[in-house]
Amino acid sequence: MSDVYVVGIDMIKFMKAGTGPAVEALGAQAALMALDDCGLEIQDMEALYCGNLGQAGAMVGQRVLQQIGQTGIPVVNCANACATGATAFREGWMAIKAGIYDVVLAVGVEKMGSGLLGGGGGGGGIPKEGLLGSMTMPAVFAEAGQEHARKYGTTFEQFAKVSVKNHHHSTMNPKAMYQIETPLEQVMGAEMIAYPNTKLMCSVNVDGSAAAVLCSERKARELGLLKRAVRVKASVLTSDPWQERDLVMPDVNTCTRLAAKKAYEMAGCGPEDINLVELHDCFATAEILHYENLGLCGDGEAGRMIDSGATALGGKVPVNVSGGLLSKGHPLGATGIANVYEVTTHLRGEAGKRQVPNARLGMTHVIGLGSACAIHVLEKVA
Amino acid sequence: MSNPLPVVDYLKIPESGDPYLEGHKCGSCGSIFLGARDVCSKCGTRGKLAPTKLSNEGKLYVYSIVCRSFPGIQVPYVSAIVDLDGGGTVKGNLIGVDPDPKKIQFGMPVRVVYKDALGRKDREGNSYLSYFFEPR
Repeated sequence: MSDVYVVGIDMIKFMKAGTGPAVEALGAQAALMALDDCGLEIQDMEALYCGNLGQAGAMVGQRVLQQIGQTGIPVVNCANACATGATAFREGWMAIKAGIYDVVLAVGVEKMGSGLLGGGGGGGGIPKEGLLGSMTMPAVFAEAGQEHARKYGTTFEQFAKVSVKNHHHSTMNPKAMYQIETPLEQVMGAEMIAYPNTKLMCSVNVDGSAAAVLCSERKARELGLLKRAVRVKASVLTSDPWQERDLVMPDVNTCTRLAAKKAYEMAGCGPEDINLVELHDCFATAEILHYENLGLCGDGEAGRMIDSGATALGGKVPVNVSGGLLSKGHPLGATGIANVYEVTTHLRGEAGKRQVPNARLGMTHVIGLGSACAIHVLEKVA
Repeated sequence: MSNPLPVVDYLKIPESGDPYLEGHKCGSCGSIFLGARDVCSKCGTRGKLAPTKLSNEGKLYVYSIVCRSFPGIQVPYVSAIVDLDGGGTVKGNLIGVDPDPKKIQFGMPVRVVYKDALGRKDREGNSYLSYFFEPR
C-alpha cells in the first residue's frame, strides 16, 4: 500500500460567525487555496471528500464543485459532529491507501450561528434544559473537566491557564479569529458560562474553511511535489466504547485513548516522539483531559503539565500553537482539516513567529461530541 | 385537573405508591440503561433486558454550575450527575444547595425527590412530574 502525502493545504482566516459568504463559496475559497498551494487544478482531482455539519443533507461538496469546476468526479459528503473535517480527510486517505485514486481533494467548511451549542433536547413533552441538568456544550465539558478535578484535584486556575496559553499562541497566527492576549485574571474573571468554564474558556464560533490535496507516493514523485509534502503516518477513527455513565455523560476520554493507542502503533512512534499537537480544546477543561488521553503525560499529571509550561510554545510538546479552538476558532466541519494545516505548516518550517523549531512529527486530534475521535500523525519528508 | 405526566419515560408514576426511576438491566452483563431497549449495547445480548427499580439514594459524581443557558431558562442552577446506590447513573438539577463550588462536594450523598417540573407545561397544558437531587 502506498504512503499517502499531503501535498497542498490551506485554510482561510477564520471570521466571526455568520459574516462569511454562502457555505459553497466559503468551501470554494479554501479548495482553491489548497490547489494553489501545490500548483494543481481541479481537473487533476479524482474525488472530493467534503465535511460540513450545518447543511449535512444539502450536497455541499457538489455545490463547492459548482463554484470551482464540475468535473464529474465522485463526491462524498461527510458529517461526524466536530470530527467531520477529519473524517472527510480520512476518507480521502483511505481511498488513496486502497489504491483507488492517486490525487484527491478534502474540504472542510462551516458557517456557524452564534451562542450556545447543544442543549435543546429532543423528544416530546416539555424542554428538559435546566430541568434535568444541562446538555449545553459548556456544561457537558465542564462536567467532563470536573471528573478530572474529582480524581486529581485539578483547579479552576489550571483549567484557565489553558486559555491563557492558547490565546497567547493565537497572537502569532494571522489566520486565527482573535490575536489577543488574555491574562489569567481576565480569563478567570470573565463571565461564568458553566463552572469551571468562563466565556474565555469556550471555543469561538466562527465561519471557516480548510482544504487539503492528498496524493499517493508515486504520483507525488511524478508531479515533483515531495519537497513540501508531509507524510500521513497514521489515520485513526474511533467511536465510543460502552461506559457506565454514557447515557448522561458524553465520554471524550475513552474514544481518544483508543484512537491514540492505535495511532501510535500505526505511526510506529510514541508520545515522546511528537513535536507538536493540535488537539480538541473545544473548552479549556477538555485540553487538560487530552494531555493524559494522548499520553503526553501520565494520568493525574495534566494539571502539573499546564503549570510547567511544557505545552506552551518553547516547551517540551507545544499544544495548540495555532491558538486552538479557543482563539483560532471552531468552525465545526472545517476544524479537522484546519488542524492538519497547522501541523503541516510547522513540519514545512513555514509557521513564522509561532514555528515549533525542528518539528518532524506532529499530531492532530478532534472529538465529535463524545462519540467520535479522529487522530492523524504527520511526518516531515524532506 | 388531570394527573401530571412523567418528564421522561424512565420516571414511573404507579397507580398507587410513590414515583420512582426505572432502569433496564441486562440479564447477561448486568449493565443498567435508562429507558426500555431490546439489545444491550455493552455486550450485545438481545432480549434479556428487564425493568428494575432504581434507588432514590445515591452520590454526587460530578456537577457544573450553569450560569448561562437559553432564553427563558432560569440561572444559575446546578447540573449534576449522580451515581445511584445499587447501579444506574442519572443527570438532573441539584437543589437545596447554594450554586457555589465551595458548598458542593464530589461524592456527597443525595436523594432523589419528585416535584412538579418547574411549572413547565406542554402545548396541551399538561403538567409534568420531574425528579431532582437534594443533599441528604
